[in-house]
Parts: sequence; C-alpha cells; structure tokens
Amino acid sequence: MKNKVNHHLFVRENKTVSFSDETLEKVRSLIRRYPEGRQKSAILPILHIAQEELGGYLSVDTMDYVASLLNLNPMEVYEVATFYSMFYLETMGKYVLEVCHTGPCAICGGEEVLHHIKDYLHIETGETTPDGMFTLKEVECLGACGNGPSMQINTEFYEHLTSRQVEKVIEDLRQNSEEGSSKGWAEQFS
Amino acid sequence: MGRAILLDKVNIPGIRAFEVYREHGGYKPVDKGLLEMTPAQVQQEVIKSGLRGRGGAGFPTGLKWSFLDRKSGKPRYLVCNADESEPGTFKDRYLMEKLPHLLIEGLILSSYALGVKTCYIYIRGEFKYLVGVLENAIREAKQHSYLGEKILGTDFSLEIYVHPGAGAYICGEETALLESLEGKRGNPRIKPPFPAYKGLYDCPTVVNNVETLAAIAPIVSMGGDAYAKIGSGKSTGTKLISACGNINKPGVYEIEMGLPVEDFIYSEEYCGGISNGRMLKAVIPGGSSVPILPADLILNTAKGQPRLLTYESLSEGEFESGSMLGSGGFIVFDEDACIVRNTWNLTRFYRHESCGQCSPCREGTGWMEKVLYRIEHGKGRMSDINLLVRIAKNIEGNTICPLGDAAAWPVASAIRHFRGEFEFHVEHPEVIKSIKHVAIKME
Amino acid sequence: MFKITIDNIEIQVEEGATILQAARMIGGKVVPPAMCYYTKLMGSGGKCRSCLVKVVKGSAKDPRPISKLVASCSTPVQDGMVVENNISAEVREARKGIVEFLLLNHPLDCPVCDQAGECDLQDLSYSFGMEETNTREPRREYTDVDIGPLIKLHMNRCIHCFRCVLTAEQLTKKRAHGMLYRGDTMEISTFIQTAIDNDFSGNMIDVCPVGALTDKTFRFKSRVWFLNPMDAHRECSKCNGKVTAWMFGNEIYRITGCKDEFGEVEEFICNECRFEKKDINAWVIDGPRKIKRQSVISGNHYEHLKKGSIIHPIEGTTEPQE
Repeated sequence: MKNKVNHHLFVRENKTVSFSDETLEKVRSLIRRYPEGRQKSAILPILHIAQEELGGYLSVDTMDYVASLLNLNPMEVYEVATFYSMFYLETMGKYVLEVCHTGPCAICGGEEVLHHIKDYLHIETGETTPDGMFTLKEVECLGACGNGPSMQINTEFYEHLTSRQVEKVIEDLRQNSEEGSSKGWAEQFS
Repeated sequence: MGRAILLDKVNIPGIRAFEVYREHGGYKPVDKGLLEMTPAQVQQEVIKSGLRGRGGAGFPTGLKWSFLDRKSGKPRYLVCNADESEPGTFKDRYLMEKLPHLLIEGLILSSYALGVKTCYIYIRGEFKYLVGVLENAIREAKQHSYLGEKILGTDFSLEIYVHPGAGAYICGEETALLESLEGKRGNPRIKPPFPAYKGLYDCPTVVNNVETLAAIAPIVSMGGDAYAKIGSGKSTGTKLISACGNINKPGVYEIEMGLPVEDFIYSEEYCGGISNGRMLKAVIPGGSSVPILPADLILNTAKGQPRLLTYESLSEGEFESGSMLGSGGFIVFDEDACIVRNTWNLTRFYRHESCGQCSPCREGTGWMEKVLYRIEHGKGRMSDINLLVRIAKNIEGNTICPLGDAAAWPVASAIRHFRGEFEFHVEHPEVIKSIKHVAIKME
Repeated sequence: MFKITIDNIEIQVEEGATILQAARMIGGKVVPPAMCYYTKLMGSGGKCRSCLVKVVKGSAKDPRPISKLVASCSTPVQDGMVVENNISAEVREARKGIVEFLLLNHPLDCPVCDQAGECDLQDLSYSFGMEETNTREPRREYTDVDIGPLIKLHMNRCIHCFRCVLTAEQLTKKRAHGMLYRGDTMEISTFIQTAIDNDFSGNMIDVCPVGALTDKTFRFKSRVWFLNPMDAHRECSKCNGKVTAWMFGNEIYRITGCKDEFGEVEEFICNECRFEKKDINAWVIDGPRKIKRQSVISGNHYEHLKKGSIIHPIEGTTEPQE
C-alpha cells in the first residue's frame, strides 16, 4: 500500500473574477468589523462568500482576488484556504453531500448511510456524478451527534438519516434543482 | 424535571425573538448588572459562583478572568468559543439555536466585568445558519439599546461580531482560535505568553465557551452564592450534557451537577436506557477526547461508589479507572459496539484534525490510525497493541496544545479497558473479516 | 540577571533568555538539540519538540516543578530555575520518541542525499534514536514540486520545521512559497507553479535542518565530507560577502553561509555570492574554517592547511601560496 500525498499544483488562469457591487459592500462592512490594519481577520467570512458566489470552489484567480481585496500576499490566502476543510479547491457538483463518518454518527448507522449513498449514486467518496449534480464527501464530526446519522448538503443540515430518506433527499434535489437553498453566507451577516 | 437554569425558557414559543425573551424575564440580569453593580462586583459574583469552564478543561472562570492584564493600556477582548467540534458534543449548537439572547446577555455582562468594548463570537463554519440567528439577536439587542454606544445610558459601550470558522476542530483550542480569528492558519500558539496577556491582536483577551458565558446572566440574577449551592462540591451549578450513541433518547439535557450516571442513562427523564433493550457496554462521558470507561466503571468508581456527573467523580481513579467530565459529550455504546472500530474511527478524526505543526501529533496521530486500521481490518500483530500504547505515551504531554493528549487518551484507555477485544481482532482475523462492516477506504 | 541550573551546571543569564539560550551559553553536551528553532528567525521554535527538557524547579519564588516537559527553545528562564536535560531519563525517553516520529515518514535516503554528513536529523538520530524501526507502514510520498533552477525541494525529507517559510517571510518582501494543507499531509509548496526568485532565497537551503532544500548547483557533485570548508570573502553590494567556500583542490564546489557551532548562519548571504561565484578568483580565501559541530564533517582533517594553501588532490600534497 502506497502512502501518496496527492496535492497538485494549481494554475493561475488569469480570469477576471469579482463580487457584485452589493456583495462588495457587504465585504467592506465585514472588513470594518476588525481593527485598523487587521483586515486579514476577515479572510474566512470572505472566502466563504467567494466560494459560494464565485463558482462553488476557490480557484486560484478567486483567491488572488480575495488577496487583493484584503491587501495580502496571495500565498497567505492559499495557506489559509488549504488549511480549512470547508474550502474546496476544485470544481464540485451542484450539491455537495458531506456525510459525517465520525464515531457517534458511525455507531448509529452512519456507515450504512454512506455506503448506501455510494451505491445509489454510483460514486465513491470524492467523486462527482457524471451529470455534475452531486459530489460525495466524507467529513468529520458536524456537531449533530444527537441527531445522527447526519450530513450537510451545501452547509444545510440533514439529520436522523436512514437509507430510504437519503434517497428521497437526493430525488427531491434532482427534481427541484432550480430551487435555491436557504440564506447564503453574505445574507447571514447583518 | 431537574433544575433548569440555562434552559428554563427553552420551550416558550418564539423565545428567539427579543420581545418574547424580554417578556419572560430576559435582559433583567443585564439591567441589574449594568445599573446596580460595578464591573468588579459582577466579577466577584462569578468568582463566588465557582463556575468552571464548560468547554472541556473545567478551569474556574472567575480565576481566568482575574488573570486578564488590565494595566497594559491596550484594548481588551472577549472571545466566545462557539467552535463546538468535539465528537459527541452538540450542546452549544442547541443553546445558540434555542436561546441566542441568553448568550448575548452573558457576553454583555462579561464584557462589562472585564472592561471589554469589542467581542467576537467564533462559531464553527458548519453552523452557518446560526451565524444568521446570532447576528439577528445582536441586531435586536442593539435596537433595544443593549448593545452599541452607551448601553442603557451608562458609559459602557460594546459591539459583538460573529466570526465563522471554516472547518477545523483545532480552532476550538483557544490560541488556535485566536490565530484563526486573526485570519491565519489555525496553528495553536506556544505558551507562554497566555491570552490573558497577549491574545487577540497581541492584546489581553479572555476566551470562554458558549455555555460558560450563558451561565453568567443566571449567576448575576441569582447571585454567586446561590449558584454555588447548586451542584456538588467544587462542581457547582448545572451542566448541559449532550447524550448520543445507542440510547433511546439522545439529546441535550441540563442536569444539576451530582446526578448519578446510572440515573442519567436509565431514567426516562434523560437518556431513557439503552436502545433496543440491549446492555450497556461502555461510555465516553466527556466528548471523544476523554478516556472511555467500561459499564462497571462508568456506573461505579473502582472503590464502589456510585459515579456522579461532576468533574471530581468522573475523574476519580485518574486514568487507571476514571475519565473526565470534559465538554459533556456523553457517548454511549451498547453491547454490539466494536471498541476497536470506534477507536480507529476516532484516531482517523484526530489525524484529520491535527494542525501538523508539532511532530508528535502530526506523525503520531497518523501512525496510530494506520496501525488501528490494520488491526480493525484483520491485519494486526500482537505487538501492535503495545506499540499503540507506546505511541500514545510518546505523544501525550509532548505537544504544543492538548490535541495530542486528546488523540492519545482514547487509544490508551480503550486498550487499558478492552485489551481482550484488540487481541481477539489480532488472533481471529477471519472472524473480523467476516463481520459485515462497510469498508471505508483509507485516505 | 537570572540564575539557572542545567544538568547541575549553574549560569547567570539575562532576563528574557530561554532555557535553550542559557544552555548554549554553557555549551557542550548540556545543549538540547534544536531542529526548528533558529535564533535569527523571529517566531521560530516550539514545533519539533526535540529540545524538550524537564523543569524540576520552576523558580526560587515558586519551586514547584512543571509537570510536563517543556520546549527549551521557547520557555523563558525564571530566576532559580533548575532544569534537567541529558541527566533526566524522562527527557531521554521522550526525545527517543520524538526522533522516532521525525523519522517515521522520512525516506532515509541518506546515501543519495546531498545533506548527508551535515544533516541535523542524522545527528539527532545518532545521538538519541533507536537502533531499529518499529514501523511497517508505508512512508509518506509527495509529488515533486519544481521551485526553480537554483533550489531543489525534496518534500519527502521535510520535517515541517517552518524555518524556510520564516526565512522567506522575513528576508523577502513577498514570499512565493508557504506551508499548505494541514496535519500529516502538510506541504511546503508554491501552490501554483512559480519559481522562487529572490536575491536571498538561497538562505532557505542553509536554514533547512534536513535535505529537503538543497543547492541545485551542487547537486550530486560531491559528498560534503570530501570537501574542505574555507572562510572566504568578497566585496558584495547585496550582502556582507562573508561565506564558507567548500573546496576540492582549487575548485569551489559550493558556497554556503558561515555556520556557527549550532548550525546557524552568522549572516545571511545573497544568491549572487552563493550560486554565481564559483570561480576561486572571485574570492579572497581567508583560511580553513573549523567546523565545531558534532557530525561527519567535523573531523577537521584539513586543519593543518595554511592560509591560501594550494592543494594537489591527486598527489595528495599541499604547498603554501605566496
């Protein structure tokens, strides 16, 4: 068995990315929440917004854009973005199924649910369905242990899962794929 | 019902809204604190209450506050640790979702006591919807002059901001949290200096858990002495226990410290017994990082005393036969649960969540996971069991932050109490392989 | 001044000094090994844990011992502190464990590694390591990352000390590489395919305690113990021009900064001095450099050489220069 670390080198595509004026206003107000000269503090909320509004993942161009907004060396943004598990560096499906596989969920049937999703969508962890609708991810504890097995789809909680329910959730998303989920990151902040 | 101090208003319809909360006595403690008491008096009540940090370490809150450097001339910060990520723990999420204003009250009173003008709530990114809930509560409080400039006409001003994390268990460690709040990677800082001197932006900072801060308003309201009378010994007050695993009624329960573990597991008021009529096998009583205890040792101490839900009783017997109250994440295993599989599962968690900064944790967590994966999948050797004990010992105490200990204890305790099960896995790989577990590929 | 006792040796140090600094003032065997701490790099230290020591007495005022071992590089001395390093069995045992962790995923490719002979990890393993390995898990392998024509990055050998990141951060205005990802998949990389191009980037090689960052212009040219380190200097507009020239005969094989007995450079040097000036005429050779560190190259066989000697490697003779 090999123990290969597969991080690849990403490419700067030099595409122009930018927030809408409305989002930009929100971003500026987020930066003002931190003291003068400490604008770097706003990096996590802004990366959340960027991921959500600029393509569902953080491309090098998006990260460079965030770096320019915060007046940072792009490397600082790459370092942060690669540290936190909620940031995706590659294109994802429209819906990202993040299934909890940690202890408390696992002993309540989480492993079966995960297995069932793999069978149902014919994908393995880390893969996306050919139609680009669903990406399956295994994640560590979501803080929903009492309601396990649990998963998040695009940061929305789905709890007390059973195999049948999972099918229903997936089908519902397929049918109503136009319907947006609840409030986005930018709207969470007043 | 047991005594409810934190969750007394939890079932009132619409309690998330400021008006409803206010109608039911909400913000009275803030009125009392800000209008009738000096900051020093508020802190004195907290010291008298004997309140201990509810995030896991159980450090006396009043004492932690007294360390805050008030002479530096720099701004002081209060940071609320809402990065609840410990497997088995979901009490803060419940509290913030149901009673956001209880936390806001606690933040106002604590900031008043500490002389803080800016306060951040660092909440884990997965709780995205709670960012909106809290921001809303903050806006409401501001509309009613409980936040902002010159609160209630006093000279005290305060701003609270919600700051989301982005998926890193390590940011629950207070200095990693501060690094993350500064917009950096969540690498824990080397101490000293402690946050009380050099915390956020190199300024004096107090970091407290959500539940700790939520207890401040009730303490101010009833008085520290009255709070200290609740509970048992040095474990004063009430504690939220989040119960999960193989029980009939998983959920968040507020218990008075001193409740016997047996009552908690079996009474209808709380967990309602083991699910499907099975037998109790083991419990991790304080979140996945604390030592696991087999049924006999969780119900009674090695000396035969009933085990109580207090800091002292749960740690009685130290690591030989005891555990810790930790964050109150109470994970129950029934007779069919596989301890080896669960231990492997948890080491995978710690491996994934290690920040990688210091060598024992970065390398050790991965090593333990690989060895346990082999044992669980029928490829173990007898010598692996002692190897695991040795790895755990070499990590424990030698790391920058407590994540190393948290990764080592579950392994060491599982082998201490369930060595036979590990040996069985090694001796009977064919039996282990035949049990239908869903194969999970290694990363 | 504070009084501190390390392995029964007493010394007075300035307030604010760390235990490691105090131990280095005493010198010799009392000095704990340091794989990540680097005096010249602000914020370094505390990470590798190989300098752990036991504090048996906290201070004269508060004599209680510290229950856990502490990192000597980042623990300030208190007045009256008593510390045990080599004399403590607990410290020796813990250090053995640390070596094991550091070697766990290290490829042990010393025979083909240019750092061999002057490698801190080799020294640490000889001094504190175990004779046999206890692991049979596969070792971590990273994909190769090209960081330019001057510096070779072997990520597999990296022990994640952060020294090169701090060097880039503190010597250059805009660093192009950093520590990416986390945990045991943490990686030094440029993330995007950038060559590290800066006048002082070569210093990353000198600060690297292992063979993760080596000099591409010296790659596979020789083993360090076959070369004679000579103090040399030149007029340089970018740095102070004082270097160690590693010579074989009259040929300069490589240039490094001048390192002290703890393996730290005395002054950072520029890339022009390091990579471009391999002609002996570009330098004034001051004489042999004594390598005080404990390692293969510290045999100091070349010490009989006089200033500016000409060496005839094939005949095995030397003659003094005029």
